[in-house]
Parts: sequence; C-alpha cells; structure tokens
Amino acid sequence: MSGQRFVAQRMRAVPFSGIREFFDLVMAHDEVISLGVGEPDFPTPWKICDAVVEALGRGMTSYTSNHGLPELRAAIAGDIWSRYQVEYNPAAQILITAGVSEAMDLVMRTVLDPGDQVIVPQPCYVSYVPCVTFAGGEPVIIATCEQDDFKLRPDALRAALTDRTRALLISYPNNPTGAVMARDDLAEIASIAVEHDLLVISDEIYAHLTYEGTHTCFASLPQMQERTVLLNGFSKAYAMTGWRLGYACAPEAIIEAMVRMHGYTALCASTIAQVGAIEALRSCEDEMRAMISEYDQRRRVLVKGLNDIGLPCREPKGAFYAFPRIEHTGLTSKEFARALLLEEGVAAVPGEAFGESGRGYLRCTYATSLEQLQEALRRMERFLDKLATGDVSLEEPAPAPI
Amino acid sequence: MRQVLEIVEREGPVPVEEIATRLGIAAAEVEQSLREAQEQGILLHYSALINWEKGEAEKIYAFIAVQASPEHGSGFDKIAAYISRFDEVHSVYLMSGMADLMVVVEGEDFREIARLVAEKLAPAPGVRDTATSFVLKTYKMEGEIVTEEPGNHRLAVTP
Ligand SMILES: Cc1ncc(COP(=O)(O)O)c(C=O)c1O
Repeated sequence: MSGQRFVAQRMRAVPFSGIREFFDLVMAHDEVISLGVGEPDFPTPWKICDAVVEALGRGMTSYTSNHGLPELRAAIAGDIWSRYQVEYNPAAQILITAGVSEAMDLVMRTVLDPGDQVIVPQPCYVSYVPCVTFAGGEPVIIATCEQDDFKLRPDALRAALTDRTRALLISYPNNPTGAVMARDDLAEIASIAVEHDLLVISDEIYAHLTYEGTHTCFASLPQMQERTVLLNGFSKAYAMTGWRLGYACAPEAIIEAMVRMHGYTALCASTIAQVGAIEALRSCEDEMRAMISEYDQRRRVLVKGLNDIGLPCREPKGAFYAFPRIEHTGLTSKEFARALLLEEGVAAVPGEAFGESGRGYLRCTYATSLEQLQEALRRMERFLDKLATGDVSLEEPAPAPI
Repeated sequence: MRQVLEIVEREGPVPVEEIATRLGIAAAEVEQSLREAQEQGILLHYSALINWEKGEAEKIYAFIAVQASPEHGSGFDKIAAYISRFDEVHSVYLMSGMADLMVVVEGEDFREIARLVAEKLAPAPGVRDTATSFVLKTYKMEGEIVTEEPGNHRLAVTP
C-alpha cells in the first residue's frame, strides 16, 4: 500500500531535513525544554491580528494580483528605502510570496539551467541545497568555520568558482551560526561577484535581528542591486511564522520570470496575511524593537552560560541562535543531542543538520523565555558532569515501531 | 539606568549579576543604577503582582472619585496626604476631569470599604463629595492581561 513506485526517481535523492529527523525523537518525550525551535516565542503583535480580523469583516477574502497587494509592495519599498537607501520599484521589482521559503524555490527554478552551479556557504538553513537540487542546479558547498566567525572568506569563494558558477547564496545574520557580515566583509564578496558576473541571492530574513552594529543589505553595496535577489519576510522579525509571508526584490526581468512561475504555481500569497504584513510595516516597529531587546538579553545569558559550563561559543551577533562547540566532549553532535534529550530533557539541534561543517556543534535557540534558558543551562551542566563521570549511556535505543 | 529599571519593574529583585549579563554591562554599573534610583525615590520597593480573584483570600477593590475643596497655597496636597494615611487606601491620585482625587481602596469585603467611605473619607475635612465604584472583575492589571491562559502552540523543533 505504500505507493512508493509512484514517487519520482529524483525525490529519492532528497532526504528529510536533519531537523525533521530529530523532531520525531523529541515529540516522543514529555517535559522537554526545547532550544530546538527556529521561530519566535512571542505571539504576533496584537495590532496585526486585529487589523486582519477587521479586514475579514470587510470581506477582504479574494485573490490579489500575482505580484501581491500594491499597498504592501509600496510599504516594503518604503521600508527598504528608509532602512538601507536602496530603491525598488514596487510595480516591477517586488514579489510577495508564501514566505522566504517559496521565494527561494522560485528564484532557483527561474535562474538555473540544468547543471548551473550555486555556491552555498554552510552551515546554513536547511532548504538551500534541496532548492538548488530541485531546480536542476548543482550546489557547491563552502565550509565556513568558527575561527572566521562563520563568515564567508573571499579566498574560499574564489576557490569554489568554476565556469559553471551561476549564483552565490548568502544569508547573514545566519541560521544556525548567528554570524553576521559587516559592510567591509561583504565588499570583497561584492567585487568577486562583479568580476565573475555572479547573481547573489541574499536571504536577509534575520536582518532586523542584528544586535551589534547595523545590518548591511547586500543590495546596498555599490553596483550590487543589479545582480542581487534580496529575500526577506515577516516570519522572524514580526513573529509571523505561521502566516507564511515573505518577498523577493530583484531586477525586473528576474521578478517578471518569478511572477510567471508564482502565478501558475501559487497564484498569489494569502490575502489576509498580506493585510497583516501591511499593518506590521505601518505600526509595529516598537513591538518589533521590544522583542529584539528581549532576544538580546537572552542571547547574552545563553552565550555566557554555555561558555561557563564548558561549551565554547562565540558571540552570535544576529538571528536567535547560539552555536556552541561540543566536539571536545568526545561525542558527535548527533550523539550529544540525543543523549542530552534522553538524560536531561533538553532539545537542541545537531549542527550537521545544517551541513557537514556543522558537525561538532549544536544549535541552541534563545527564542525562549529566560527561565527556560536558565533551566536548560542547569540541565546541560548536569549532563556534562554525568558525561565526565561516564554516567551517560550512548546506546541507540531500538527504533520505535511506526 | 532605564533598562535596569525596566527589568526590575517587570520581574522584581533580579540578581545584579544576571541583569549585568543580560544588558552586557558591568555589575557595578547595575548596582549603582539601583542604588541611585532608590536614593532618588524612583525605585520605591519590590512587590509581587497577585490576582486575588483567583487566590484563596478574597480581596476587593473600589475606585472612589473624591470632590474636595482646595486650600490656598497647598491645593489638594493636604487632603490627599490625609487620605493616603489609611491602610486600606491603595493609591491616591490628583486628577484632571470630573474628580479632584481618585482613591483606590482595597478591603476584605464590601462592608469594610463602605465603612471606610462613610466613616472616614466622606466626613474628612475638605471632602465635598465621594462616588464609589466597586471592581467587579479584573481583566488587566499593571500591564498584565489576567483573563487569558497563556498558550504555546509552537512545535518543539522547527527549522
Ligand atoms: C535563514 C532562513 N531563511 C528562510 C526561512 C524560512 O522563512 P519563511 O517562514 O519566510 O518561509 C528560515 C526559517 O527558519 C530561515 O531560518
């Protein structure tokens, strides 16, 4: 009855994400403190919900244009202009999508020809490599490392270039490392992009969650707007993950191609989610700032706590993840995460879920309350003590019957 | 100082070390802010926010709008200071608009508050009139919504 024979060959090559695999294990346990979550613990600001309820009352329930509501596109253009002084034409250079997730898939499918290579620095968000693969492209991985604060090094980028390199996919602040790249860091990347005529796809979904310095929008670097696809959305900064709303900003021809595909495959993004996003941009800057200030306080507590208990962790300067090293415990990150869950009921995601170079690390979210973070740190310390005295069983339990 | 006060306003006496870590400043700086705020009468005391409607011991609250006769030189200050002395009086504000003073009182039951108003507040020198409104149900207090159960719908592990 499985129907496996109906599933296309090409799908067999794409496994579930490492996060998903771990998720099943976590769900089987009660009383878990989860540092495994990739979304805000705040509810969406109430004003946004209220605006949507009001719009539903007015009957805002039809399709929008394929591009998205003109008012939302104008608000996004205004927002980008006021933050980064980059000018996008809301009529032709902005597309509203079902989250950055859809936008990422659309970009890959509209810019890649078979065999085109996309350079993907890792550790990175789990969807990048599959999106490139689904689109018939070939991901070329660059491992970033802790010594470089998980930034992309220009020499590594140069070394990865071939005559089939079509695009570079970057995402700072980064999930899972919390790394950011300042304007100076990005300038060299930009000049390589010009030299080799690369398209740069920049997933800036954590842009607002930058705690030190200010975020540099890649398109704001000289000559970059013409070769950048800027992706962003409302999930993280406005605590709107379940609304599924994001956008792409790019030169007309790219947006035009993306809209063609989006028009056939998604038609338009959810109308009421678009209404909510308009309200977010119009009136929720204070609410967003308040959430960011909370994350910032938790970030310091978690990073200090991890270092204090002996899990070295560089300061993540953005997003809401700490990425401590656990290699010296002698366990792989999968073993560590599994044993930590079984022994102490703390869930964190093994670093290799985000690429080979995440091996030996653990992703811990600080988008959770301070009390939970403090309790998690106490439990992790206890776990490390047990580990040191050999009190931890590392045997894989027999797989649960499905 | 403001960020330090915002933390203790919401959370009470948080350890100095923890505040310092959270704000990324030195513990000495936190200590100094708290000390100065206390000395200047900005930080008055630490207290807990309790929703007595859910607790075992009933407490009830009333808002009393007081019309009073101001005095030369001191306005409403004397009468307000007089009213403030009663233990049952929770807070006293000078108001614009319909009332001169707004007095919030707390008591064990209606009778206790009625007695306070009839025997102490209304006859007090300078008080011309009182209008007492009892609190029937609390929806939000001190910035905290108290009618909803907190919900968490997040899955335990997400990308
Ligand atoms: C780096 C990154 N990009 C994109 C996404 C997906 O965002 P959206 O909710 O807009 O689809 C996530 C979610 O975790 C992410 O971490």
